[in-house]
Amino acid sequence: MLWGVLQFPGSCDERDAVRACSLAGEARLLWHEDPDLGGVDAVVVPGGFSYGDYLRAGAIARISRAMESVAEFAAAGGPVLGICNGFQVLCEAGLLPGALLRNEDLRFVCRQVELVAVEADSPFLAGIEAGETLSIPVKHGEGRYYAPPEVLERIEAGGQVAFRYAPGQNPNGSVGDIAGVLNEAGNVLGLMPHPEHAVDAMTGSTDGLRLFAGVQGAFV
Amino acid sequence: MKARVLIRPKEGILDPQGKAVERALPALGFDGIEHVRVGRMVELEAEDPGRLAELCSKLLANPLIEDFEIESIDGA
Repeated sequence: MLWGVLQFPGSCDERDAVRACSLAGEARLLWHEDPDLGGVDAVVVPGGFSYGDYLRAGAIARISRAMESVAEFAAAGGPVLGICNGFQVLCEAGLLPGALLRNEDLRFVCRQVELVAVEADSPFLAGIEAGETLSIPVKHGEGRYYAPPEVLERIEAGGQVAFRYAPGQNPNGSVGDIAGVLNEAGNVLGLMPHPEHAVDAMTGSTDGLRLFAGVQGAFV
Repeated sequence: MKARVLIRPKEGILDPQGKAVERALPALGFDGIEHVRVGRMVELEAEDPGRLAELCSKLLANPLIEDFEIESIDGA
């Protein structure tokens, strides 16, 4: 299968994302001004600081021509993974519910966290059992997940919470310890932790690879 | 029309920037300051002010987490 990794001015994790994807298929970069997604089977919106996080993180990037195509791709059921800044972009684009706010303690956090998988129907979770724990790093200043109470109730009831920070490990004050959410259909996943940084035993964990492998499994 | 758009975190949403400012004030001798909220201000000139609210809710503010208000500053 072929992965496409979007690249905005200010993206910084697109190379790691390409490498992670290439361990679960083939991968290429997609430039943000190009509406042609090049026939990819899945899209990653990577981490970084697109457009310098001007105005709000993700607010400008979501207007890009490539993102219009990603919205169509997602509506047609294509798998889309937003990581960190990519998660912020997907929320700003309305492809995922909620928003990411400044970390509760105003600090940029950079550390390994444990994520608990939640019962949810998504290709990204295909190889992961509910209740399993994954070790994946976070690195962000604006990762406090927020959704208004009525939205929160809907996504909790609808099985749209994909990952929670393990008890006591919430690094940013996210409501309900939420680390990652899905769209209603389950084909779009956004999360603050960086699975693409956890694909090689050299850096301590290969748990992140399982998200990419889950999608690859659906294409074999 | 010259306009000023004021954007602030919605009531009820924790504003850690406001809290940090609030906590810093007593050290400078400013006591009795409460409920500090930090937002953003955008100034612009619009040919068609009729579309300003739409522009604010689509880009300048995220209505999920922020309130905005538009002030005319013509002749100011």
